[in-house]
Amino acid sequence: MSNKIWQNFGAFKQTDKHKAAVQDEFQEDLPFDMDDKGLLDSKTPRRDFLKYLGFSTAAAGLAASCEMPVKKAIPYTNKPETITPGVANYYATTYTQDGDVQSVVAKVRDGRPIKIEGNELCPITKGSTSARAQASVLDLYDTHRLRFPAQVKEGELVELPTFEAADKLVMQAMAGLAGKPVLLVSNTITSPSSRQLVAEFLGKMPAGSRHVAYDAISHSAMAMANELSYGKKAIPSYHFDKAEVIVSLDADFLANWLSPVEFAKQYAKGRKINEANPALSKHFQFESIMSMTGANADERYTHKPSQAGAVAAALLGAVRGQKPAVADAAVAAGVGRAADALRKANGKALVVSGYNDINIQLVVNAINEAIGAGGNTINWGVTSHYKMGDDAAMAQAVADLNAGTFGGVMFINANPAYDYAGAEKLIAGLAKTKLKISFNTRLDETTQYCDFVFPDHHYLESWGDAEPKSGHASFIQPTIHPLFKTRQWQDSLLRWSGGAAPVTAATDSTGKILPTVAMGSGNDYLSYLKRFWMQRLGNQDAWDRVLRDGLIVPAEAPVSGSAFNGAAAEQAISALAATKGGGDWEVVLYHKVSIGSGSQATNPWLQELPDPVTKATWDNYAVISAAAAKELLDIDLTNNGDIDSYEVNPAKPVLKITVNGKEMSLPAMIVPGTEKHTIGIALGYGRSAKVGVASREAGQNAYPLTTIGANGMASFGGFSATVATTGDKYEIAQNQVHGNYEGRMEVVKETSLATFAAHKTIFKDQRDALVHDYAKKEGDYRNEGSLYDPRLNDRPGMHWGLSVDLNSCNGCGACVVACSAENNIPVVGKTEVLRGHDMHWMRIDRYYVTDPANPDAVKDVVFMPMMCQHCDNAPCENVCPVAATNHSTEGLNQMTYNRCIGTRYCANNCPYKVRRFNWADYTGADSFPDNQIGHVSDTTLDMNDDLTRMVLNPDVTVRSRGVIEKCSFCVQRLQAGKLEAKKQGRPVRDGEIKTACQQACPTEALVFGDVNDKQSAIRSVREHSPLRMYYALEQIHVLPNVSYLAKVRNTDEVEEVAPAHAEGEHAAEAAH
Amino acid sequence: MVHNLCNNPLKPAPVLGYIFFVASPQLSHRCHIFARQTGIFFSINQLVLNMVARKTVYRILIAGFIFFSFSNNAVLIAQDGKALFNANCASCHKMDQDLTGPALMGVEDRWPSKDLLKLWIKNWPAAVATGDAYATKMKDWSPAAMNQFPNLADADLEAILTYVRDWKPAVAPTPVGGPAEPANDNTLLFGILTLILAIVAFILLQVNSNLRKLADDKDGVWSPEPIPFWKNKTYLGLGTVLLFIIGGVFVSKGAIGLGRMKNYQPEQPIYYSHKVHAGTNQINCMYCHGGAQEGKHSNIPSVNLCMNCHLAINEYKGEQLFDGEGKEVDGTAELQKLFDYAGFTPGQPWDPAKAKPIEWIKIHNLPDHVYFNHAQHVTAGKVACQTCHGEIQKMDEVYQFNDLSMGWCVNCHRESKVQFSENGFYSIYEKYHDDIKNNRLDSVTVEMIGGTECQKCHY
Repeated sequence: MSNKIWQNFGAFKQTDKHKAAVQDEFQEDLPFDMDDKGLLDSKTPRRDFLKYLGFSTAAAGLAASCEMPVKKAIPYTNKPETITPGVANYYATTYTQDGDVQSVVAKVRDGRPIKIEGNELCPITKGSTSARAQASVLDLYDTHRLRFPAQVKEGELVELPTFEAADKLVMQAMAGLAGKPVLLVSNTITSPSSRQLVAEFLGKMPAGSRHVAYDAISHSAMAMANELSYGKKAIPSYHFDKAEVIVSLDADFLANWLSPVEFAKQYAKGRKINEANPALSKHFQFESIMSMTGANADERYTHKPSQAGAVAAALLGAVRGQKPAVADAAVAAGVGRAADALRKANGKALVVSGYNDINIQLVVNAINEAIGAGGNTINWGVTSHYKMGDDAAMAQAVADLNAGTFGGVMFINANPAYDYAGAEKLIAGLAKTKLKISFNTRLDETTQYCDFVFPDHHYLESWGDAEPKSGHASFIQPTIHPLFKTRQWQDSLLRWSGGAAPVTAATDSTGKILPTVAMGSGNDYLSYLKRFWMQRLGNQDAWDRVLRDGLIVPAEAPVSGSAFNGAAAEQAISALAATKGGGDWEVVLYHKVSIGSGSQATNPWLQELPDPVTKATWDNYAVISAAAAKELLDIDLTNNGDIDSYEVNPAKPVLKITVNGKEMSLPAMIVPGTEKHTIGIALGYGRSAKVGVASREAGQNAYPLTTIGANGMASFGGFSATVATTGDKYEIAQNQVHGNYEGRMEVVKETSLATFAAHKTIFKDQRDALVHDYAKKEGDYRNEGSLYDPRLNDRPGMHWGLSVDLNSCNGCGACVVACSAENNIPVVGKTEVLRGHDMHWMRIDRYYVTDPANPDAVKDVVFMPMMCQHCDNAPCENVCPVAATNHSTEGLNQMTYNRCIGTRYCANNCPYKVRRFNWADYTGADSFPDNQIGHVSDTTLDMNDDLTRMVLNPDVTVRSRGVIEKCSFCVQRLQAGKLEAKKQGRPVRDGEIKTACQQACPTEALVFGDVNDKQSAIRSVREHSPLRMYYALEQIHVLPNVSYLAKVRNTDEVEEVAPAHAEGEHAAEAAH
Repeated sequence: MVHNLCNNPLKPAPVLGYIFFVASPQLSHRCHIFARQTGIFFSINQLVLNMVARKTVYRILIAGFIFFSFSNNAVLIAQDGKALFNANCASCHKMDQDLTGPALMGVEDRWPSKDLLKLWIKNWPAAVATGDAYATKMKDWSPAAMNQFPNLADADLEAILTYVRDWKPAVAPTPVGGPAEPANDNTLLFGILTLILAIVAFILLQVNSNLRKLADDKDGVWSPEPIPFWKNKTYLGLGTVLLFIIGGVFVSKGAIGLGRMKNYQPEQPIYYSHKVHAGTNQINCMYCHGGAQEGKHSNIPSVNLCMNCHLAINEYKGEQLFDGEGKEVDGTAELQKLFDYAGFTPGQPWDPAKAKPIEWIKIHNLPDHVYFNHAQHVTAGKVACQTCHGEIQKMDEVYQFNDLSMGWCVNCHRESKVQFSENGFYSIYEKYHDDIKNNRLDSVTVEMIGGTECQKCHY
C-alpha cells in the first residue's frame, strides 16, 4: 500500500471543517459591520458605502493637497573616500552568540548594517548562516537594548551620566570588598584575546577570584567524558561529510548541537544524489520527540528519555556483536540495524549524542572507537571551541556564592538567573554577594539582581576575535559607530584593573571616528586585541589582511584520532544499567532552531519564524503524540469530529504538567512521531517583560524544570511528570493550516532509495504522462499544453530560474529570515498569524509521509520551500483588473505595489498560495499613524520605531496597507547584478547574483541563475537530474520557473508505484 | 520669470488654481508656474512660439546670407581668433572685466603700437626691456606675472586682436518667460471672442424662439409660452454637462499633476551657480557628482570637495549674478557663506573636522516606490546629464527641468537606444545581434530589452 503524504490531520482525514476551510481563500469575512446578513442585506450598506467613499475622498484630497514637504539633501562635510552614498560596503566580521561562531559579512548601506551574509572564505561554514545569525542584525536596532551605564535599584535603572563616574563608583565598591575574591560568570568565551584578558584581570583581583563559563545549551558532559576517554577535556571536530552512516542519539546536530551550520553543510554533502549511481548517507535517529534533525533522518526510532542510556548501551553492545538489550522491540530492531550499518561502514560512520550525561557520552565514545570513527569522521587534530562551558565548575561556583565566598560577581553576557539549571540557587547566592555587576545588553533576569550594569556593544559595534576551532580565527570589527552609550565589557575590565583611561572610541568633537592613530598602544581593548594578534601575525599588513578577510585559515591537516581509554566506558555501561526508569509520563526539554536558548528571544524575526516541525510561531507548548492525545485529552485523530475540534480552531487544550513539584500549564500540540508517553517542551520562552517587546507573552519559561544531575551536569530530559487536563484552551499561531493545495498532494514528491533504484523513472514517468496526454503532436508539453502560446514569453536575454533540492533542505529556516531581512517583510505578531495574515514570502511546508492508516507512524518528513513560482503562464496575472502583476521578459512574475488596488483576485487564483496581502498598516507607511493602533501587534509597532526601521533595505519598497506582495526573486539583487555587469561591459557571470534565500542556505538546496545561459549552474542542475526534476503541479500548465528535485530517503522499503497517467485528472476529480 | 514665484518650497498647484487660472487669464502672471507645471495652454504657447521662431529663422537666414556674401574672410579669421583666444587667453582675461589679467576691450587703443603689444604677448619681459612706459606700467598691474606665448605666430596674434576688436558685449538674453507673454493676451482675446460668440449665439437662439412664437401666434398655431432660459431644462442640462466636462478635465489634470514639481526652484542656503561652475568654468559634472557614475544617487558634493578649489579661490570675479527676483548677488559673499560652513578663514590652514554640514534643499524628488539609479543611466546608458536635468550649465540656480513623471520616463525608455554593440553586457542578446547583422533591425531600444516593464523601476 502506498504511503500517504499530508500536512495536517484535517487533510489526512479530509474532515468537514478542513474541506470548508479549503473552500475559502481567506479565513475571515470582509471587515464590515453587517449584522451577519451579508453585505447587501445589512441595514445600512448604502450609507456606509457613502461614508467610506466620502471619507476616503476627503482623506485622499487632504493627504495629497497639503504642502509638499521640503526635503533636504545633506552631504558629508568630509566624505570618507571609501563611501559612496547609495552603494553598499561589506565588512567581514563574526557573529558570536552563546558559543555559536559564524564568520559573516555585514552589508553596510550608508553607515547602517542592514544584512548579514555568510563569509565564503570561511572553511567551516563556507558562506552559510543560521537563522539566528541572519536575524542578529535586527538585535542591533532593538529598542530595549540598554543605552547607558546605570545603577540598578529594585529592578529599575538609574542612569549614570558618564562611564568615568560609573567607573569611580565601581572602583569604590571593589575597594570595599575587603579582599574577597571576584567571580566572573560567562557563557563560552570564544575569543582567545578575551580569555587571556580575563586571566590577566583575575590575576590583579584578590586571590581566589575565578571565571566560570556555562552554556544554556550545555555540552559539558562531552568534554568531561572525553577527559576520561581520551585524557583531553575538549570536544573534537566532527566530519559528517565523511560519514556514510550517521547515528544520532538525540543530538539535534542540524539545529542546535555544537556547530549546526557547519554540520548542516557537511551533512548535505551526503544527501545529494547522483542519479546515475544513486547513493546516500544513512542516518539513524534515536530520540523521544520529533526534532528537526530527526525529521531529516532515514530511520527514526522513539524511546522514552529515561531510556537514552539503555539505548546507547545497547548500541555499544550491538556494535560489539551482542543482541540489543532494549525492552521496546522496535527500538531493539532499530539498534540492531544501526549497529549493522555502523559496522559495515568501515570507519566511515559517526555516532553523536546530545545528552548532557557523562555516562552516555562515554558509551558513545566507546561506540565511535569500536566502529573506527576516530581519525575518520572524528578529528582530534582540531578541537571545537564552541561550547566550553563547564557545568561542574559552575555548580561549584554557585555553591561558593551561597557560602558567601565571593565579594563580587560579574556577568559577561550571561543570564544564568534565566537559563541556568540551578537558577534559584544562583539567585539565592547573589543575595549573599556584596557587589554584582552585569555587562548584559538588556535589563534581563540576571541584571535585575545586580547593582550596576555596563551594557556591552552589539557585536556589529565591537572589536574582537573568535576561535571556533583550534587554529582557526575569525575577527570582529565594528560596522557602525556605537548607537548608544555602551562599552565593550573587555574595556570595563581593563579600566578596572589597569588604571589608565581607555581610549575606547577615538572621536572628535563632531562624533566622527578618527583614524586610530594610537591604536595598539592604549589601555583599551582594541589596542589589547591588536597587540595580541600582532604578536602572532607579525606585521600591520597581515593584520589588515585578516581584518579584510575576517579570518585566519590554518593549513589543512590530516584527520587524526586520539589514544582511547575504554575503562571509563565499561564503568559507564554498568552505571547506565543501574539507572532507574522514569515514570509513566516523562518530560524532555528541547531547543528550537529559531529561539535556541532564548538569548535572542526578543528578536521578532525569530519569534515569527515557524518551528520546522510544528509550524507554530510565537509560543512554546507541550508536544505530545497522537496516542497521548487520545489518552489524555480524548482526542481521537481517526475521528473527524475530534480533528475538527482540535485542529481547525487553533485554540488548543491546556495540560497541567508537574515535574519535581513545579507546575506548568501549556497547550498541547499533537506531533506525529512523538514517543507515546513523552512530553516535549521548548526552552527559551517566557522571558521577563523588561528584555523586549517580541518576547512578551511568547510562551512560558521551562528552565525551572531543568535539574542539576551528577557531576553538576545540567539535565534536560527524562523527568517523571504527572499530567492533568485543565479544561482551558490556549491559541497557538500555526501557519501551515493557512494556505491549501486543495488536495493536490502531488505538489511534493518523495520516495525511498530502494524504490528509486528499482523504478528510476518513477518521477519522470509522471512528467512523461503529461506529454503523452496533452502534447501528442510535437511532444512539447510547454508549448502545446494550453491555449496560450508560451513562446510569446521567449525573448532574448536572461530568464531566471530557481531549483530546490528537497533532499538537501533540512527545514532550518535561515532562508525565511534572510528573505525577511532582504525584502523588508513586516512582522505581524501572533494575533495576525492566528488570523492567517502572516507575510513571509517564503515558507517551508512540512509534509509527513505515513502509513495511510496510522498517522503516528512517520516514515519521512519532507521540507518543501515554497515561494512564488514565477509561472510563465501565471494564473494570477490574468485576473488582476489593474495589471498590477504581470510578466517580465526575464521570466519574473512582477508585482507592482503602487498599482495594486487590493482586490486579492491574484491570491485567490494562485495555486501555490504564495501571495500575501497587507491586511493592516504593518509598516507605518500610511499617512495616518493612528491607523495602526489597535490593528497591529505591539511587536509590529515596535518594528516601526525609528530605531528599528534602520534595518530596512533602502532598495526595496516598504509596502503599505491594502496591497499584495510576494517573492520577487530578489529583483533588487538581479538589477544590481546586471548593472554591475553593464558598468564593466560584460555579461552577468553565473553565480554572481544570488537570491537572499540561496545565499543563506547552509545546504545549497537552492540554486538560482539564468536558464538561458548554457553554462549556468541552474541549467546543469536541471539537466543532470532529469529523473528527480519536477515542477510543482505541472499538470495545471502554469509553467513555473521554480523546479524541484524530488526527495529520496535512504530506506530499503520498495513502495508500490502507481501508474503515472492522467494524475492531474484524478487529483482534479478528488478535489471536486 | 518663473523662478521668482518659487523661492519658497513649492506648493503643488491646488486644483482650484487651475480653475482660477482659466477664469482670469490676466492674473496668469502669478499663476504662470502652474501652467508651466502642467502644460496647460502649451498648445497655444507652442503655436505662438512657432510663429515667433519662424520669423526669427527668416531673419537669421537673410542676415546670414548677406554676411557670408560679403565678409567670408573676416568670419574665418574672427573664428580662428575666438578659438585662439579661448585656448590661450580666456583663462585669465575677459573682454569687459578684470580677471587675473586686465579686461581686454580696447586694448589696441591703450597700447602705443600694435607691434609692441604683439611683442608683449609673445614675450612680455622683452617688451618691458624696450623701456616703454606703458609696458612698464602693465608689468606691475598684478603681482601675478603673465604667461609668455612665444609659439603664437604673427597671424595668430592678428586673429586674436581682430577678435578682441570686433567683440561686442552679448545682448542680455531674453527672459525665459518672455515669448510666452503674447500667448496670455491671445488667450484673453480668444476667451472674450468665444464668450461674445456664445452670447450672440444665445441671443440669436432666444430671438429665434421668440420669433417662432410670434410667427406661430400670428399663424394661429398654438404653441407653448417660451420657457425662460434659466428654467429651460435643455439649457440647464447642456450647461451642467459642459461644466461637468470642463470640471472633470481640470480636476483630472490637476490630480495627475499633484506632486509633480516641474520648475521647482527653491532658494538654497548658498547661492551656488551651476552656470559659473559647469558653464563658464567648464568643470565636469562628475567632478562633484561622481557618485552618479557608481551608484543610485548623484551625490551632492561634500564640503571638502568644495574646498578643494575654494581654498584657493576666495572671491568671485566673474559676470554679475542675479537671483530669481532679479536682485544682484554678491558672489564673494556667497563664498563667505561656504567658508562659514567649512569653518575656513582665507589665508589660514583649514581643518575639515570643523566643517558643518550644508543643508541643501533637494530639488529632484521621486516617490519612494520608484527605484532610480544614476549609474544605470550615466555609466551604462551613457545618457548626458542634461537629458533629464536640462541645460544645467546655463542655470544659475537649478530648477527641475522635467516633470519626472512616469510618462516622461517611459517615453524615453521607448525611444532611447541602448549601447548595444558597445557594451559587452548585451552580447547575450544573440537574436538581436543576428537581426542587426542581417539588417532586420538597426538599433535596440531600452524597451526591447524589457526597459518598460514594471520591475525595472518598481520593486
